[in-house]
Amino acid sequence: MSENDRQVAVRARDLVKTYGSTRALDGVDLEVPSGKVLGLLGPNGAGKTTTVRILTTLLKPDSGEAWVAGRDVLAEPDSVRRVIGLSGQYAAVDENLTGFENLYMVGRLYGQNKATARARARELLARFQLDEAADRPSKGYSGGMRRRLDLAGALVAEPTVVILDEPTTGLDPRGRIEMWEVIKELVADGTTVLLTTQYLEEADQLADSIVVIDKGRVIARGTADELKSQISGERLELVVSTVDELPATAKVLAEVGAAEPAIDEHTRRVDVIVDTGPKALVEALRLLDAQNVVVQDVALHRPTLDDVFLSLTGSRAESEGEQ
Amino acid sequence: MTATIQAKPASTEHISTRARVAKVFTDSGVVTWRNVMNVRRNPEWLLGATAFPIMFVLMFAYVFGGAIGGPGGDSSQYREFLIAGIFAQTVAFNSSYTVIGFASDLQKGIIDRFRSLPMSRLAVILGRTTADQVLSVVVLVVMSACGLLIGWRIRGSFLDAVLGYLMILLFAFAMSWIGAYIGLIARSVEVANSAGLIWMFPLTFVSSAFVPQESLPGVLGPIADWNPFTAAVNATRDLFNNPSPAGWPEPSGWPAENAALYAILSCVAIIAIFAPLATAQYRRVASK
Repeated sequence: MSENDRQVAVRARDLVKTYGSTRALDGVDLEVPSGKVLGLLGPNGAGKTTTVRILTTLLKPDSGEAWVAGRDVLAEPDSVRRVIGLSGQYAAVDENLTGFENLYMVGRLYGQNKATARARARELLARFQLDEAADRPSKGYSGGMRRRLDLAGALVAEPTVVILDEPTTGLDPRGRIEMWEVIKELVADGTTVLLTTQYLEEADQLADSIVVIDKGRVIARGTADELKSQISGERLELVVSTVDELPATAKVLAEVGAAEPAIDEHTRRVDVIVDTGPKALVEALRLLDAQNVVVQDVALHRPTLDDVFLSLTGSRAESEGEQ
Repeated sequence: MTATIQAKPASTEHISTRARVAKVFTDSGVVTWRNVMNVRRNPEWLLGATAFPIMFVLMFAYVFGGAIGGPGGDSSQYREFLIAGIFAQTVAFNSSYTVIGFASDLQKGIIDRFRSLPMSRLAVILGRTTADQVLSVVVLVVMSACGLLIGWRIRGSFLDAVLGYLMILLFAFAMSWIGAYIGLIARSVEVANSAGLIWMFPLTFVSSAFVPQESLPGVLGPIADWNPFTAAVNATRDLFNNPSPAGWPEPSGWPAENAALYAILSCVAIIAIFAPLATAQYRRVASK
């Protein structure tokens, strides 16, 4: 093993996975330096979960190679399983077991003896503020509590690499912020984390570096700031009172905007990326007023994942754009 | 920091065969415990698992019994004949819990959790089939009580009675491995629900459980004769010393004359076929 391998906790080379004629992964490369957090960012169906499943030995790629903590995922899956912790997209807790029993079971299956498994379970329950609910069946837990329990399950054997597949999808804003706190603590302890997310803000909050994937391909990589700088400006959004006013509005937005405006007839909304922020907003309203277009609602947004995609691929991220 | 991700030297990671086998057993124990806890937290399963066989007992004993069984509409001999068949049918139907258990673990991501752990693969299935035997024991206790109430008695020795129950449990264990395989190939809990039950009807009715097997017409006769279910029922009936109603033709042929041997051989064969199939399917199952 070279010195370089020791500093890279997770490495994937040219991963390809096809399902029938769909290429779920079309040559994905990534590296996570040890002790760092990599955010794998992309919409639904981009290949995030497929990548995670390969790295956690649940799935074999058609071609490509991957190492976790210096171990070959394909050649020594058992060895990889001993050093990773996986927390999946759907909290895989046994709802008929209590929080304590869930963690105890996982500890025993990692090969811990009864006393160690018991002590470790209690320790993690306290750390994730689940000690009060520890002896109740997890059926009655809130979504946030289940996620925390699932994450605790991933940490039972003190893994060197933790892989989190969409850790906050489906959580309410409070649950999401609590989860972020937990993940930040984890990172502060020096654990290497690979997390997948659909939210730029989440990657921004948690990740040292970000890999953006779409349709099984890496389309950008860098720090959050580097990515955001690729999306110049903000998004200006207007809602008008009638469908008839949409063409005129789109024309105005094309004038003040930095890109082609997008029109949604259903919600009578037009939006566009603008470079000049509030100035563009004022200008647009002035021009529309001159044409007697009635603006019902107006907003100026910071860039979203959708905008990253718009800017990187020239097309809207499929799952996000429809909403 | 760099030290934490360094792979341990290979020597400490090498696991001896003996340790590997021991791990299969401890892991199976843990998974069995988990599955039994699941059942204990949902005691309503007992209602589901016993209501059906009790209905069968009442229906056959009192609705059909007069017509099928003994002379002059006296169904008491038939009721005695019936119970071994009901026991075997009950545990066979219990295998549908194995099917549904696996399908629901798959759907809920529990199997993914297991697959990401450094645990024995066989243990996930062995832990389920073993836990289902705990369930079978409980249900057999209830069904025995039900049998005693309608006049069934064990007329053989104590040892034979124990062997009779063990025969049923071996059969239950074999059925449970088929259930494990079906549960792992089913694509959803809904599919598992029907797939787990549908084959029960030919299995348990084309047999000696409810009617004299000699009475079955055409091709059904030999099928019933060689049905492992028939052998398990006949062997248990012999061990409980429950005779056929007076005047019924005695079953003949090798499987009937060597019912216990054939039953044990076919249970072992079923496990030998379905344990590797289920384990292979488990490996394959989430690799989609």
